[in-house]
Amino acid sequence: MSNPQQLRYSKEHEWLSAVDADGVATVGITEFAANALGDVVYAQLPAVGDTVTAGETCGELESTKSVSDLYSPVTGEVTEANQDVANDPSLVNSAPFEGGWLFKVKITDEPADLLSAAEYDGFTAG
Amino acid sequence: MTDTPRRTALDALHRELGATMTDFAGWDMPLRYGSERDEHVAVRTRAGLFDLSHMGEITVTGPQAAALLDFALVGNIGSVAVGRARYTMICREDGGILDDLIVYRLADAEYMVVANASNAQTVLDALTERAAGFDAAVRDDRDAYALLAVQGPASPAILKSLTDADLDGLKYYAGLPGTVAGVPALIARTGYTGEDGFELFVAPGDAVKLWQALTEAGADAGLVPCGLSCRDTLRLEAGMPLYGHELTTATTPFDAGLGRVVKFEKEGDFVGRAALQAAAERAEAQPPRKLVGLVAEGRRVPRAGFSVVAGGEVVGEVTSGAPSPTLGKPIAIAYVDAAHAAPGTQGVGVDIRGSHEPYEVVALPFYKRQR
Repeated sequence: MSNPQQLRYSKEHEWLSAVDADGVATVGITEFAANALGDVVYAQLPAVGDTVTAGETCGELESTKSVSDLYSPVTGEVTEANQDVANDPSLVNSAPFEGGWLFKVKITDEPADLLSAAEYDGFTAG
Repeated sequence: MTDTPRRTALDALHRELGATMTDFAGWDMPLRYGSERDEHVAVRTRAGLFDLSHMGEITVTGPQAAALLDFALVGNIGSVAVGRARYTMICREDGGILDDLIVYRLADAEYMVVANASNAQTVLDALTERAAGFDAAVRDDRDAYALLAVQGPASPAILKSLTDADLDGLKYYAGLPGTVAGVPALIARTGYTGEDGFELFVAPGDAVKLWQALTEAGADAGLVPCGLSCRDTLRLEAGMPLYGHELTTATTPFDAGLGRVVKFEKEGDFVGRAALQAAAERAEAQPPRKLVGLVAEGRRVPRAGFSVVAGGEVVGEVTSGAPSPTLGKPIAIAYVDAAHAAPGTQGVGVDIRGSHEPYEVVALPFYKRQR
């Protein structure tokens, strides 16, 4: 499993892209998390305009066997939720770092302890 | 249950195949090899290969083997013909279900009782205790067998390529000794998926050879290894009860809608007879909660233990729930008050983390294969 170098990671297994010119970053869950969940069958994503808070739940991901809270890795306002995932949650399994992204957020604050790809590799290897 | 999970004879093979393993009733078992949804679909449309070596085999032999089983279990075991199998239950004196079982009659005076992994010791202990005074021996054969299952519409063709046994003559719920891929096996036409299929009881030392032969023989037919996760969604779609969910010591077979397995007409007393007679009369006169199917209108998945609601009141409880790959919707089995249990009853929902999601009440099973 390779975690993309350009992303940063939370210990709750979300990834966060670099911010664009408008200060907006993309959030998804890692391949490690997607594998642990099993086939995702339902994704409740935050709505556009919602304020999400770093480390707090902002949705849920339901798989065949269980339901897991979705946490936000940063604080900010949601600018987009991935409708493709809402319609076809299996994208979270098939392309967790690409088409299976979950939402975009205009960041107002982010925790200092997000991990690099190498740090996240170490975290999940343990 | 020990701290270290037990491993089946196929353990190394599962790990080679990249299975996600899980602790199940004290055994380290494959949960899934890849996508549990793909495994489920393979069994419905082609074939799947399961390691079920955690199931508990108990052999009962002797001149009074049939009499013992008729006393110890609720079914009419003496009437099972040699080479046939019967779904039955073992109950307590108060009628509570200790386990559901499949009993194979291997010879005139020899039976194999197959118990759920989580209850195998309980069943063994109960049979041993109930054998007192009978000219019959109860033998723990849990270590004597590995169990492989091939399930799905392609399974007869796959198995035929590996055995000379008369599979066409082998009816559903029948078993015969034979040889598969050179390995001595009890070949049974049983399963827990709602599909045609076979369960193969073999010596643990032969399990790897048989698994590999089945994998090879099934490659062109699209056979894939399958884990416990899809086994659960398959049996749920087929409306089959699972011990610990639909069946517990707090329920009688009548509460579970399975009163037909209790054979009051058989000769002699059997453990639980009086309590089960009362339970049967209660179920007739004043039906308790009934076991029904629920189909979600939305996409949120009901889980075991969630409340069934109607008009803001709790009217039942979900015992099993999962997204159904075949229906494309979440489904559940639930105990529901008789007043709300009729198929098509309006206004029934499931409390999913505080939100009352609408559900349709349906008759079980959710899925029945075309024959």
